[in-house]
Amino acid sequence: MAEIPDIAAAPPARAGMRALPYLLSLPALLVCIGILVPFGTAAWYSLQRYNLAMPYLRGFVGWAQYLDLFTDPSFWQTVKVSAIYTGATVGVELVLGLAIALLLRERSWFNNFVSVALLLPLMTAPAIAALMFKLMTNPNFGVLSWIIGKFGATDFRWASAPSSAMFTVVLVDVWVYTPFMMILLLAGLRSLPQQPFEAARLDGVPARFVFFRITLPMLTPYIVTASLFRLLDSIQQFDIIYAMTQGGPGDSLLVFQVRAYLEFFQYTNVGLSAALMMVLWAITYALSNLFIKQWLKLRERTHGAH
Amino acid sequence: MARTDGLWRVLRGLALAAVLVFFLFPIAWIVLMSFQTNEQILQLPPRVVFTPTLANYAALISGKLHTAAGDLDVPFLRNLGNSVLLSTASVALSLLLGVPAAYAFARFRFRLGENIAFTLLSFRFAPPLLVLLPLSLYFQDLGLSNTYVGLIWVYQLICLPLILWIVRGYFEDASPDVEYAYRVDGHSWWRAFTRIAIPLAGPGIAAAGLLAFIFAWNNFVFALILASADKQPVTVGALAFVTASGIQYGQIAAAIMLSILPTLALALYAQRWLVEGLSLGAVKG
Repeated sequence: MAEIPDIAAAPPARAGMRALPYLLSLPALLVCIGILVPFGTAAWYSLQRYNLAMPYLRGFVGWAQYLDLFTDPSFWQTVKVSAIYTGATVGVELVLGLAIALLLRERSWFNNFVSVALLLPLMTAPAIAALMFKLMTNPNFGVLSWIIGKFGATDFRWASAPSSAMFTVVLVDVWVYTPFMMILLLAGLRSLPQQPFEAARLDGVPARFVFFRITLPMLTPYIVTASLFRLLDSIQQFDIIYAMTQGGPGDSLLVFQVRAYLEFFQYTNVGLSAALMMVLWAITYALSNLFIKQWLKLRERTHGAH
Repeated sequence: MARTDGLWRVLRGLALAAVLVFFLFPIAWIVLMSFQTNEQILQLPPRVVFTPTLANYAALISGKLHTAAGDLDVPFLRNLGNSVLLSTASVALSLLLGVPAAYAFARFRFRLGENIAFTLLSFRFAPPLLVLLPLSLYFQDLGLSNTYVGLIWVYQLICLPLILWIVRGYFEDASPDVEYAYRVDGHSWWRAFTRIAIPLAGPGIAAAGLLAFIFAWNNFVFALILASADKQPVTVGALAFVTASGIQYGQIAAAIMLSILPTLALALYAQRWLVEGLSLGAVKG
């Protein structure tokens, strides 16, 4: 960064030039500051008893709302469901994405075709993807229901049974986002220096050894960045779950954002929904700090030529 | 590895075939459904060979569904129009705000500069509902709820960080020497910016714009909360479709196809830049 020549200072420096970078970047910031106000509001609401249906009961309760939340089993159900969803999606997507990236590593027309074809799920809106799977798992005509029925699973009820609802939404998430992992890891694999691999081949090092001792360590920055990126998005998943079951059946899919949405619009409990969102924000804030560090390292590697 | 080469190639081919089936089958199946009548869809086992009908698309485009219970109005084209309008306007505004800011962050080192840049980046990772729920109350007071202006403003949360960080990378990659020489010739920074810097970063700006368009198009939650039926894009409209009574499955499938075709086409066109866009400019494809 330090070597970026300061072109503001190079030609005859004028006072106006010093303000220039601010003038250029402030409009973007100002537009977003308007959106920061609601963030402060949410923090403030989370300290209030505030139900839109009972405005006369509104009042400052301080941390009581959080204490209520942390002693409420339904909050821990939300934590549990979110953790399972996040762990399952990121885990499966990482393993599957890495495997596919390894298969596609060589550049050939067929490999390029496959990696372009895999962009299609990723570019499908997640809410629409959930809708597609809803049609395909319909008990009356869904092709997936019919296929597993042929294998004897006639009472598998996909998203409408509490026992299989999680599996169904994770499946949709895996369908949409595995290509994300694959694409980043493939870009990483193809950017690795070739010498270690050539040396290993000349020495006749077994493939398993090459993978665990050379490929994996060199790929780690990409794996960490891509996983943290998915982790951040997955823990905030709303579209797929809302479009599929609106958090049901029962409380089986009430992840953070879906529950906050229902608390707000169904139970008009603004205070509680704000507190839920603040908890989620604290989690994502910690994760995003981790992520940005990794992301910056990769970015410097990519743009680090100067 | 040489001894098992043949076996290895067969296994690899099988694995890739399975991958292709898993990721393409849902799209292919919905395409088939969108050309089927309700009777064909309800037949078991499912048919792959059938006489295709365009009735589903015709119903969506004409906006009238003929059902047993009578004619039904379908505002789906309106949803499609809303998607086009919201995504285009949001990206245009983002480019207008984001490109100069990206230039400032790439070319100047200034106090708070990095702080501003990272604040803008952090919007990408904050839970959207944290902001949206209080915002929905504010929007009611400000008269912005259910307006295009309000929605386009909120869409900046997804478009702006993307454009800012990708375009910044392109400005950083272009050597400032050319601009410097041009400025020494006595031209203003504005001319250096518009005549040298922007054309050099042109492909990056175009790519960032296309990607921001795709992400804006695919957004679901903003309009779900801040807009009612007449302002909603296809993502929300298609969902409302499922719960509407009397809608036929083939029409849902056709609506899904019309909703995803624009982004799929753009993605194929912009695939070269997709890796960069998805990693917010950190990895190049």
